[in-house]
Order: sequence, then structure tokens, then C-alpha cells
Amino acid sequence: MIWVLDLLILLLVVICAIAAINVKDLLSATIIFGVYSFLMCLLWAEMGAVDVAFTEATVGAGISTVLFIAAILHTSRRSKD
Amino acid sequence: MKALALLTTLITGAILLYGTMDFPAFGDPQSPAAIHLSAYFIEEAVHETHVPNLVTAVLGDYRGYDTMFETVVIYCAGLAVVSVLRKKRSKTQENKS
Amino acid sequence: MKLLQERTAKLRVGESLIIQTAVRIMVPFIQLFGLYVIVHGHYSPGGGFQGGVVLGASFVLLALAFDQKFSMKYMSEKANGVLGNVGALIYTGTAALCAIFGGLFLDYSALDKLIPLGPVGWRSFGIFIVEVGVGLAVMSIMAALFWVLGSNGDMEEGL
Repeated sequence: MIWVLDLLILLLVVICAIAAINVKDLLSATIIFGVYSFLMCLLWAEMGAVDVAFTEATVGAGISTVLFIAAILHTSRRSKD
Repeated sequence: MKALALLTTLITGAILLYGTMDFPAFGDPQSPAAIHLSAYFIEEAVHETHVPNLVTAVLGDYRGYDTMFETVVIYCAGLAVVSVLRKKRSKTQENKS
Repeated sequence: MKLLQERTAKLRVGESLIIQTAVRIMVPFIQLFGLYVIVHGHYSPGGGFQGGVVLGASFVLLALAFDQKFSMKYMSEKANGVLGNVGALIYTGTAALCAIFGGLFLDYSALDKLIPLGPVGWRSFGIFIVEVGVGLAVMSIMAALFWVLGSNGDMEEGL
């Protein structure tokens, strides 16, 4: 474990989490959520849990982003509140 | 209302952070989780199953029920989504196209 | 692709030759990598779930770059459903077969009476059979989820 890298990734994770719920454009929120998933993948790979990191990279950053986009394109793009 | 929500979040976070203070350190070999089962898996798994990747050995063999019902859960979720959202075209539309 | 093209018609992006050619070249390698992840799960990170998701993502990529019809030319809806059911059946069937041949449920070494590979060899090979089942089920369900969500349920036109 390299604690500087850990701290940097955790800081970016928190920033991404706050940005994903504050952004008005739902498509942007989805992409930021994908970035969040990929940062979690980096964190897990850095902690040594490579299998979990692989699952997070494929499911979290890959498939779930695409499914979110597919659902958003059938609704309105901007959030109401 | 927003201030109340922020206060609740902060208090809950503080309690959770206080709870993590009792955790063993990262990778501590003397922690309770690491002295019984981990030692058994590390010593026995390779010559009991001939699988060098211990994660696969534990997921596929020792904890097979877990993986089986994980697959069944994903299968049921996919089946439910497809059967709710899938719609067949009606006869009149089929004649048109 | 139709919905996406309508939304982006003003921006003059959408169906692009570069993306289509790149996807056409990439998809066989993605599927090969998915099979490698499933088969090589004994020795490296990966396994049935991850490999199945990678295989399903290749069909999602085809449906995104071209059209839903184009993606369903390579894997029809009926074949997809059959593969998903077979995948879930392989896992539970292997587990039940162990119980039938006199062992415990999911104790692969009991299958030694069927084909003599040795109990340890069967425990290794049983994990492999199970991983293939998980991979098939997850692949078909990921592809089916995207097809249904993207085409609004009628499997005609994708995004």
C-alpha cells in the first residue's frame, strides 16, 4: 500500500461522488458515475484484491454505464429538481 | 430541513468512523479472521483442488452454494426484466410491416 | 442507433465510419479475451462472472456502434435465451449430479465414479465446468438486458 496514492484516489472518489449527485445533466452524472467506478477499481487493485477490481471494472464501469445511458435516452435528459 | 439532514449524516458518519477504530490493521496476520480459516485455505487449497488461484478455489469449491445462488439471483433478475419490459408486436402491426 | 441519431442530428455526429471499422476489428479480440478469462480463471484473476460480462459487452458494443439488428444477427434472441437457461442448468445440474452419484451436493469429487479422473482432478475440473455455466448465463443476461432496455421492449430498433 502506498498511502499517498491511496489518499489521492480516495479524494478523487469523494469528489466524483459529490459531483455525480449535484450535476443537473443526467448523462454527465452517468459518466461521472463511471469514473467513480473506475477509481474504486484502481483502489481495489492497489489494495491487492485483483478479482474484485476486475469485476468492478467490467460491471461498474462497463455494463452499468451503458445500461444507465440506455435508460436515460428513453426519458428526459435533465433532472427536474 | 437541509441542515437537519446534514446533521444526521454527520452524526451517522462520526459513529461509523468511531466503529472502525476497533478494526484490526490492514493485513494484520493476528486478526481473528486471519488465524482460523485463512490459514486452512492457504495451506490446503492447492493440493486439495489443484487450483493455484485461491480466490477461484474458494468461490468455486469451498463456497459453491454462494456462487450458485449468485448465479440464480442474476438469472432471476434478467428473467424478470425481460418478462416485464419485452412486448410482442400485435397482429395489426405485424400485417402492416 | 435511431434514437441517438435523432438526438444528435443537429450536432452532425452519430453513425461514424471510424467507430464502425474500429468496432469491427475489436470485437473478435474482445470475445477471445472473454473466453480466455473464463478458461484461465484457475491460474489468473478472473472467472466465469467476469468473462461472461466481457462476452456480453462485445454484443453491447456491436449494438451501440451499428444497430440492434446487426448485433442480433450474430446472436439471435432465441439462441440467447437457450444459452442463458443452459448456463444456469449446467451449474445446478452439476451440483445435483454430485448428489446422485453418492456424494454431497456440490462435492465434485463424487463424480469420480462417472469418469475416473481422481477426486482431486475432479474438484479442479468441476470448478471449470461450473465457471463455464456461470459465464454462459451472465453473457446471455447482460446482452438481453441491454437489448430490452435499449429498444424499449420491442427488439426492433436500438438506441
